[in-house]
Amino acid sequence: MSQYNWPLPGQRKLIGKSVSRVDGPAKVSGKATYTYDVNLPGMIYAKVVRCPFAHAKVKSIDTTAAAKMPGFRAAFVIQGPGTEIFWAGDDIVAIAADDEHSAEMAAGSVDVKYTVLPSLVLDANPNPPAPFASYRKPMDPETVGDVKAGFSQSDVVIESDYGMPVITHCCLESHGSVAAWTNDALQVHISTQAVTGIAGQLSAALKVPQNKIQVVTQYVGGGYGAKLAADRWGLAAAQLSKQAGGAPVKLMLDRHAEQEVGGCRPSAYAHVKVGAKSDGTLMAWQSESWSTGGLGGGSEPPLPYLFQIPNQQRQHTQIVNNIGSARSMRGPHHPQACLLTMSALDDLADKLKMDPVKLLMKNMNLLAARSAIYRQELATADQLMQWSARWKPRGTMSSGVVRQGLGVSMHAWPGKAHNFQCTLTINPDGSVLVKAASQDIGTGTRTVLAIVAAETFALSPENIQVAIGDSTFPASAASGGSGTAGGAAAAVRRASVDALAALFQKVAAALGTTADQLEVGEQGIGVKGGKPILTWRQACSKLGTLPLTMSGKNPGPGTLADSGACGVQMADVSVDTGTGIVRINKIVAVQDCGLIIDQKTTMSQVYGCLIMGVGYSLYEEKVMDQNLGRMLNANLEFYRLCGIGDIGELVVHLMTGSGYDERGVIGCGEPAVISPGAAISNAVANALGVRVPNLPLTPDRVLAALGRADQ
Amino acid sequence: MREFWGLTGAKRVCDRATCGACTVLVDGKREYACALLAIDVQDREITTIESLGANGDLDPVQQAFVDNDALQCGFCTAGFVMSCKGFLAELPSPTHEDILKGMSGNLCRCGTYAGIQQAVAQAAAAMAAKPRPAGLKIRRPNRSRS
Repeated sequence: MSQYNWPLPGQRKLIGKSVSRVDGPAKVSGKATYTYDVNLPGMIYAKVVRCPFAHAKVKSIDTTAAAKMPGFRAAFVIQGPGTEIFWAGDDIVAIAADDEHSAEMAAGSVDVKYTVLPSLVLDANPNPPAPFASYRKPMDPETVGDVKAGFSQSDVVIESDYGMPVITHCCLESHGSVAAWTNDALQVHISTQAVTGIAGQLSAALKVPQNKIQVVTQYVGGGYGAKLAADRWGLAAAQLSKQAGGAPVKLMLDRHAEQEVGGCRPSAYAHVKVGAKSDGTLMAWQSESWSTGGLGGGSEPPLPYLFQIPNQQRQHTQIVNNIGSARSMRGPHHPQACLLTMSALDDLADKLKMDPVKLLMKNMNLLAARSAIYRQELATADQLMQWSARWKPRGTMSSGVVRQGLGVSMHAWPGKAHNFQCTLTINPDGSVLVKAASQDIGTGTRTVLAIVAAETFALSPENIQVAIGDSTFPASAASGGSGTAGGAAAAVRRASVDALAALFQKVAAALGTTADQLEVGEQGIGVKGGKPILTWRQACSKLGTLPLTMSGKNPGPGTLADSGACGVQMADVSVDTGTGIVRINKIVAVQDCGLIIDQKTTMSQVYGCLIMGVGYSLYEEKVMDQNLGRMLNANLEFYRLCGIGDIGELVVHLMTGSGYDERGVIGCGEPAVISPGAAISNAVANALGVRVPNLPLTPDRVLAALGRADQ
Repeated sequence: MREFWGLTGAKRVCDRATCGACTVLVDGKREYACALLAIDVQDREITTIESLGANGDLDPVQQAFVDNDALQCGFCTAGFVMSCKGFLAELPSPTHEDILKGMSGNLCRCGTYAGIQQAVAQAAAAMAAKPRPAGLKIRRPNRSRS
């Protein structure tokens, strides 16, 4: 039985080093094929007729005129007469035609009649007006300790409101697929984060045996949690193809639909009361929170975030509204909970006349197992930001029109390695192939697999061919919850260790020794401590004609992965009090994530989180119009994403080495996106001397908060 | 471009000249392909990402993007690479400030801007170190896109 563990720090040639992602060259040369780029012979195009009303009942659908349009091939009713539609932009009918323009023209001539129903699309009000009383779904209050006693024992209590609106995922590659039937078998190219999962979903929905379905996703143009389902449009593409005699049907959402229905991160608002002793010891927490996120309501953020305050009372209300339904988005529920909690603690620190870092430090005992890591991270961040040397109480950091401020926040994320299966084949010519159904959504799945296999065999990553993104390969879980890196690394490590052991068996006799006496190094395979006798290629030739294949999976034996990553972030901002414009000067992110497989792509994940964080802190909001019931900024012009000049100086510090590496791999795709909202909001409060209660911190909100302060 | 010639490197994203994922060079100058009618660019030289890196080698801009991990999902990358090509032709030795302004016509959702800033600087340095190919017109700095 092999031992499964990671090489010791001094022995790692690739793991933890800075390796360029293996599919980088394909991506910089336009050769990477995304779903949107799949053009098959005989392919036809589909367009979806979408409901223009936020709440309606479908009365009738007439496709007669559409069927007479030039190029028309097929029509598929997605939601038929009698169906209640809960958001504008929802799918009603899909039309396929010879080319995209014909499909659009034919879809335009479908006649759908609706009974319009009252709708609610706004979300900042916890008490929606009378017709929507049933939209309000209060959850039972939860109590810990004695909240009344906690507040009466507090020397200082603050009470305030905070919130953040719904934002959208904004995948640059919209959702969609290319579906084609050959006899009774279905092949689907789809932009997804769940290659294996989609095959199961299609099988169940279309009632086709799963072994007749192949899902292919070579490259995905962004997911962030929005691409975990086949979706109604995914099923429609398959149905249209069937009707069109199996012709490949390309159905990609247009930008408007992608923004309006393809992504939605729930909002979160709260009225928070928090109390502490004069030395900063947290005593009591009370929150009434609410959130929206379409038909399912919003999600409940875990309040209070991180700190197990001894006396708590919290009550959350889900509010249903008529917008495209919530999809999980990078660190689901956490950025919301973090903002609501860390803003309140920052306001409390201000009232205590305390440095907020000292307030956090004072309450480390409320963080359970991770307090030692947070202490180290706060100290590291302090150094990188020069916090202690620079921080001053609110409104006193600088004077003049442009005010500078510092803010701090902290977060945690599980990042538990998910289920992952792969096969690893060593061929007699020495080439190596790793296969897994999994997907690479930009996080570096291929790179992780190549690095770990290469490390085990003392090869370089380019010697490892990685084939992923095909549901006929060994099943792997969806990429969500930052689980892919840990699952992939652990599974391929187990497969590689087993394959190497089997290869040693094959070559031992030729070397006149036993397998347990062998080791692999850059020069090849040889007796431990001695000279390599066979190059890798020579050793593999001993396999004869049959390649050697081993499978690996996670979970499995050995401590190769863990969960529970935490981080600290500090933001330095400048706010123009004349225009209300907030600029990022610098953000420091200190993050732990166990054993790092690839420094370069891990750093990229943290940078990416910070940049997405700047976006949702300063610019992003799904703007809904209550009269129209529609999203007003369903494009990339008025849905403002962060640009290259908006990010300031980003300083990323990964906690590595002793005390971190031994835990194994922990996913790092999400944790760092949690804190920016609170860190930036706190920095703005520090700059201005007043809290801007709601994100995004747009000029109008900043100026309104300043107006309030002046009164 | 994407359907008739199979040149799918340029991406379709915003469809209204906002995000730059479709960036190509027209007579050496950056343009949003989604906002150009084919009929309007007849007889003009269009350079797409597919023509970069002849002989299988990566172009210095492409290499800089790989080296600095200036990409994640990669959907915006071809547009950024082409934009960088055009930008460095306009302004071969940009300052950091120039890069922030000159590359601001493209959007990325994964958040790769930190790597892109470094990549553009590296590419500029690499291209400055190499002699310019004969016959390439050196253009006046043009920052109108900022």
